Amino acid sequence: MTKREIRSSLPGTFYRASSPDVPPFKADGDAVVAADTIGLVEVMKTFVAIAAGTDGANIRFLVENEEPVMAGQVIAEVEE
Amino acid sequence: MTIRSVLIANRGEIAVRIIRAAQALGIRTVQVYSAADADMLAVRLADEAINIGSPAPKKSYLNGAAIVAAARAAGVDAVHPGYGFLSENGDFADAVEAAGMIFIGPSGDAIRLLGDKVQARAVAARAGVPTVPGSDGRIEDLAAARAVIARTGFPVMIKAAAGGGGRGIRIAHSEAEFEQQFPLATAEALAAFGDGGLYLEKVVTRARHVEVQIFGDGDRVVHFFERECSLQRRRQKVWEEAPAARLPEAVRTRLCASAVALAETVQYRGAGTVEFLYDETTQDFYFIEVNTRIQVEHPVTEMITGFDLVQEMFKVAGGAPLSLRQDQIVRRGHAIECRINAEDPSRDFMPAPGTVTRLRVPEGEGIRFDTMLYEGYTVPPFYDSLLGKLIVWAETREACLDTLTTALQGLVIDGVPTTIPLHLALAGNAAVRASDVHTRFLETWLETDAILHSDDRAEVA
Repeated sequence: MTKREIRSSLPGTFYRASSPDVPPFKADGDAVVAADTIGLVEVMKTFVAIAAGTDGANIRFLVENEEPVMAGQVIAEVEE
Repeated sequence: MTIRSVLIANRGEIAVRIIRAAQALGIRTVQVYSAADADMLAVRLADEAINIGSPAPKKSYLNGAAIVAAARAAGVDAVHPGYGFLSENGDFADAVEAAGMIFIGPSGDAIRLLGDKVQARAVAARAGVPTVPGSDGRIEDLAAARAVIARTGFPVMIKAAAGGGGRGIRIAHSEAEFEQQFPLATAEALAAFGDGGLYLEKVVTRARHVEVQIFGDGDRVVHFFERECSLQRRRQKVWEEAPAARLPEAVRTRLCASAVALAETVQYRGAGTVEFLYDETTQDFYFIEVNTRIQVEHPVTEMITGFDLVQEMFKVAGGAPLSLRQDQIVRRGHAIECRINAEDPSRDFMPAPGTVTRLRVPEGEGIRFDTMLYEGYTVPPFYDSLLGKLIVWAETREACLDTLTTALQGLVIDGVPTTIPLHLALAGNAAVRASDVHTRFLETWLETDAILHSDDRAEVA
């Protein structure tokens, strides 16, 4: 089973949901299609949606909610 | 008690500004910083620096308990909150005082009172300061609404009582439009917010944003004239001036007197700003809110009055009376401040952190650059995009705009995108040069003006 990495294009703070009161965009184990938003990165008070960019199954997040990320850092992995 | 040491509960350019003011007064400085800010200029300049937590603001610069603990550990006399973060948090002010230190700002009670929109409006009304005409709270039916409209005129804003942040607002331009929209607005508010309550507010078209710098010592209040901040994008000021260019002297006198009267009713202590909307066509001004702290744009006031507001904050917080009487405060010339942000004007102002590889700061008479940048500094992504403020002074506004253009051309910040191109375009814009602007001017201009988009179009072509 090949794994595909989903990276953040930007440095900032990673969020799994659009606000603290709603469920995360994706739960661990979900399937995704390329256009799906899997999280947000807040860079200098601006929120940027991170798309999966690939179709895949069984998503695994490698970054916790509200944790800092660097540009190019792998946020999650999916199985092809 | 004269303040001999201070902890700066902030970051970025304002932390640098506060440290420089403290050093000029011989005050020992202690700078707090998050794990992402160990290399910031304020840490390098301060006598001592304390790591208070991880990068996320709520774990560091918004963590009042950690900041008070750091201040106690450092044994400082006072805490300066700067702007943003905890600067307008009354409970933080109380916590600092309860720990036996001076909070450099108004009392917690004054911060809470003036920070509450409804209560602040009531304070303004008691002081005889005009507020935006509208209903006092919810309106129950069309008959009550008609009575309010007799005072506001058209256009009138119909706002959902439970709305906020620009949601749940309709504008009616005539009685016919109003009678059609009112029931729709009730239904809409009920559906969107679970509460059909509405209130009405006059629409001030082509409003200008004018604000008065006040300063109190708990006994007397003085003003340092007004600033105009009409050039805004998404409600963020991008360019500020002092004085307001097209304000008649009689209006200026009334405006400044209103701000002082409001502050006097609460025995205001410290630096503050009373914000107004100004309707140039009728020469009416309306109270918006009070900011109970030093403002980002305070340097333009310092440039036209020759007075250091941040140093005065230290003196007054230490128990000294105001240094000046009102008749000793005079203004001269014109000043403009441009906020230089790490944003790309050609890409819808997308912010971008990064490392500053080259920095050239213009020098000359009347030019000031308040910044936290140095060559090799890496701007972190966790905070706002303000890199610095270019402030220019000259005898006249026209000369000021010319000096500003030269200064902007001499300001070089490589490694991150900046809003310098925006300010160069604004400095050459005919409407800006005539000061024929209002709070919606910049956004409208950005939608229609080609200058900032030319690079993108070339790429597409």
